[in-house]
This record gives sequence, C-alpha cells and structure tokens, in this order.
Amino acid sequence: MATTIRETVASLRRSPLLAGLSSLMVGLALFVLGLFSLAAYNLRLALETVEERVEVVAYLREDLRQVDLDAAVETLETLPGVEEVRYLSKPEALERAIRDLPEIAEVSTDLEVNPFPASLEVRFLPEGRTTETVEAVVASAESLPAVEDVRYGQEWMERLFFLRRIGGITSLILGAAFATVATLIIGTAIRIAVFARREEIYVMRLVGARDSLIWRPFLLEGAVTGLVGGLLATLLTWATHQSVFHFLFELSWIPTSWVLSGIGIGVVFGILASNLAVRRYLKEV
Amino acid sequence: MIKLLKVTKEFPRTGAALKGVSLHVPKGAFVFLTGHSGSGKTTTLRLIHMSDRPTDGEVRVSGFSSLRTSRREVWKVRRRVGFVFQDFRLLPGRNALENVAFALEVTGCKKPEIRPRAQRLLSQVGLAVKSGSHVHELSGGEQQRVAIARALASEPLVLLADEPTGNLDDRATRGVMDLFWEINAMGMAVVMATHDLDLIRTYPEARVLELDQGRLVYDSSEDAGRG
Repeated sequence: MATTIRETVASLRRSPLLAGLSSLMVGLALFVLGLFSLAAYNLRLALETVEERVEVVAYLREDLRQVDLDAAVETLETLPGVEEVRYLSKPEALERAIRDLPEIAEVSTDLEVNPFPASLEVRFLPEGRTTETVEAVVASAESLPAVEDVRYGQEWMERLFFLRRIGGITSLILGAAFATVATLIIGTAIRIAVFARREEIYVMRLVGARDSLIWRPFLLEGAVTGLVGGLLATLLTWATHQSVFHFLFELSWIPTSWVLSGIGIGVVFGILASNLAVRRYLKEV
Repeated sequence: MIKLLKVTKEFPRTGAALKGVSLHVPKGAFVFLTGHSGSGKTTTLRLIHMSDRPTDGEVRVSGFSSLRTSRREVWKVRRRVGFVFQDFRLLPGRNALENVAFALEVTGCKKPEIRPRAQRLLSQVGLAVKSGSHVHELSGGEQQRVAIARALASEPLVLLADEPTGNLDDRATRGVMDLFWEINAMGMAVVMATHDLDLIRTYPEARVLELDQGRLVYDSSEDAGRG
C-alpha cells in the first residue's frame, strides 16, 4: 500500500496540471448534479409543506353517543396511513371559527345555538398522502354511524398529487440525464488522465510489473480525482446556495447524506473510469 | 529455454501470421530472426514475450507454457525476457537514469538499491556519463542503449530485440551490436529480429532463422549439422 500511495503521489506531482484539470472536470460535472439536487430538494420541501395540509374532516351527528364517537376514533386511527385523529367538539369548532373568521366574531354573541358541528379531523403520515389512502379513509368514515358527512378537498388534493407525480417523474428523468452526463464527463476526464500515462502502463507491462502494482496507483488516482472533484462540487453548490439565500430567496441546504452521496459518486466513478481505462491499455501488451 | 511447438498465430483481420512454426533456442544462444516484412518476425517475438498467445500450438519460455500461464502470471515470464524495439519506447519526460530506475521500481527492487543499480546498468551499456540526460537529448544509439539497460533491469535470461538497429546509423549500429554480443557473452540468450542481411553476414557465428509468410524456411543450425 505504501508503494501505491508513493506512486500515486509521484504521479500527481509529475502532472499536476492534468490531475487538476481532471478534478475540475469531475467537480463541474458533479456541480451540475449538485444544483439539480438543490432545486429538486427544495421543490420537494415545498410540496411536502402543502401536502401536510391534506386532511379528511368527518362531521359528527348532533345526537352523537360517546360509544359511537369512541368507535369512530378507534376505527379511523387504525387505518393505514393515518397519523392522528383529532376530535373537535362543537364549542371548539365555534372558537376556531371566531379566531379564523373575524365576521363570525361579530355575530357570535347573537347566536342562540352553536351552528358548528363536532368533527373528527384525520391527518396523514407522509407515506399516507396518496389518493388511494385518503379515499379509503373517506369511505370508511362515511360508513361510521357517528358520522353525518365527510369533506375533503378532493379536486385540490388530486391536483396536488398530480403535481407531485409530475415533479417526481421530471426529477427522475432530469436526474438520470444529469447523472449520465456527469458519468460521461467523469469517465472522459479520467480516461484522458490515464491516456496521458499509457506509455508508463506499456513499459510497466513490458518489464514485468505485477498487474496489481499497475492498477492500484491508477485506481487510487481515480479515487483522489473523484474525491477532489466531489469536494469542489460541494463547495460550488454551497456557494450558489449562499448567494441565492442572501440575495434572492430562502432556500434550504441539501441533506448531508445527499452531499456525502455526491462525493461518494465522484469517488466510485473515478475508480470505475480508471479501471476501465487501465484495463484497455493493459490489453495492448 | 525457448521452445515453439507447432505454433500457429492467426489474427482476425490479417489472417495467419505464423503457420505451424517449431523452433528451439537454448540458453546463451545468439539468434538472428530474419525474413521480409510481414513474414512473422515480430509475431514470434511477441509470442515469446507472451504479449500474444498462439492460436494453436505451444510456446515454452524458461519453464512457463503459454497453455498454462494465465494473464495474471505473465509478469513472471516477462522478468525472464527483456525486450527492446526499433523505436526504443522510452518515457519521454524522464532522463536516462529515471527510465531505468522506473523499470527497477516497478519490478520490486528495494528503494535504496534502485538508484545505484540503475547507475550500474547504464555503466554496463556505456552511458554512465549521460545518466542525467533527458531522452530528447540523446542520440538514437544512446536511446537504444538506455532501452537495453532498462530491459536488463530484471536480469532476464533472454533479450528479445525487434529491429533494434533499424533507426540507427552504421556507427551506432556497430556499437549496439557490440553491446548485444557482450551481453550474450555473459550467458544471456539474444534473439534479434532483423531484415538487414548485411548485418547478419557480419556475424557468421550467430544462428540464423528465416521466416517466410509465417513459415520457418531456414535454420542455419540444421545446415551446420548437415555440413
């Protein structure tokens, strides 16, 4: 391993410009992926914020018995995808209406009877925010004896879920396209670096160097190039994030796991590209 | 030490380069391999070096058979077989000493021994004073001497040379040939491919093998045996 590291360092020192350019190319390729990740992540966060508002409201009968209420809560809580079922009594419903709508406050003192029904508000887990789960909850709620009526923003929710599907598919296609371009650029950058040293590979094979001795420095060099490129891409993406955050609008920074994945992709692609390029030249002798 | 047993080598595009060639090169022999361009000289040397494998037949080099030596083990053969070329194939960004040292380093020579051994090898080929010269500062003959020093780095049993004097003038050719004979006198076999018949005639003590269209058509040792 010491020989491998020594040879790798020596090689990087012998051609610093080439090594630097390779890392720069890898960095720029991953930077494009980084920018895409930043946009995709923030779009996802925005959609999640809206999705949190997905809920089903089951309005309860006036002549509600406690036993029916308990049964309804229990039934709805056990349905898949349900996060919580909250009971809102008639006074609480009036209180909320007064708080949310000032015009109700003005007339509330004249009211002899509270017109707002008690209800059960069903909120969903992130994975339960789908048309199928919501409709299953609605169907179940409608069948309960305690429930008078069920409301949910069907049209609004369908549009939201459609938007989410479109967003997901677009992200997938664009992400795959950017990842492919990045892979090609990284592969080319590393291949150029290996190509510049093909004569060394040739001489090594010619004089009887072990394959492992030939491979290892190139693989390590590929990994270093990928690592430096990944760190550079992280720096550029962070700088872009900071600029947008301070001068344009609020933007969340991508999760650490995504950053580490990006750097990992650089390292893995660096090793793979080196492997492929060296393999090609090894076949020549 | 080197045996080719009914060796045939076919290439997908150009067809058969060697057709059923059998030959034996014993330890310490000096052999000229001659023939027209495309007769199979280079292919024969590449098969001995195990840079290529025969399509049919077997190549044996110092106990290694082409039938049983995997690509992973081929380095063991190459440390017993030095190889020099008409175009030298030196690393252009390095000086003479570094070129030889590189071969020593990648063949497992211990770090403190690399420099002194490289210097000794350059002295052996008469280039001690040019050890610091870069490749482009050396003449063709000097570059070929560096290539020979590099080929000797792993202390091989045989030295293969593919038209090693093809790019050299008469004086440099004589110098390189003298060097080959000196190396041969130390017990190392030399197999040299050349189409230069005048050069071959200069050294009547060497064995001559002639290839024509992939077939071995002449072996001077058989002539001598009959004579």
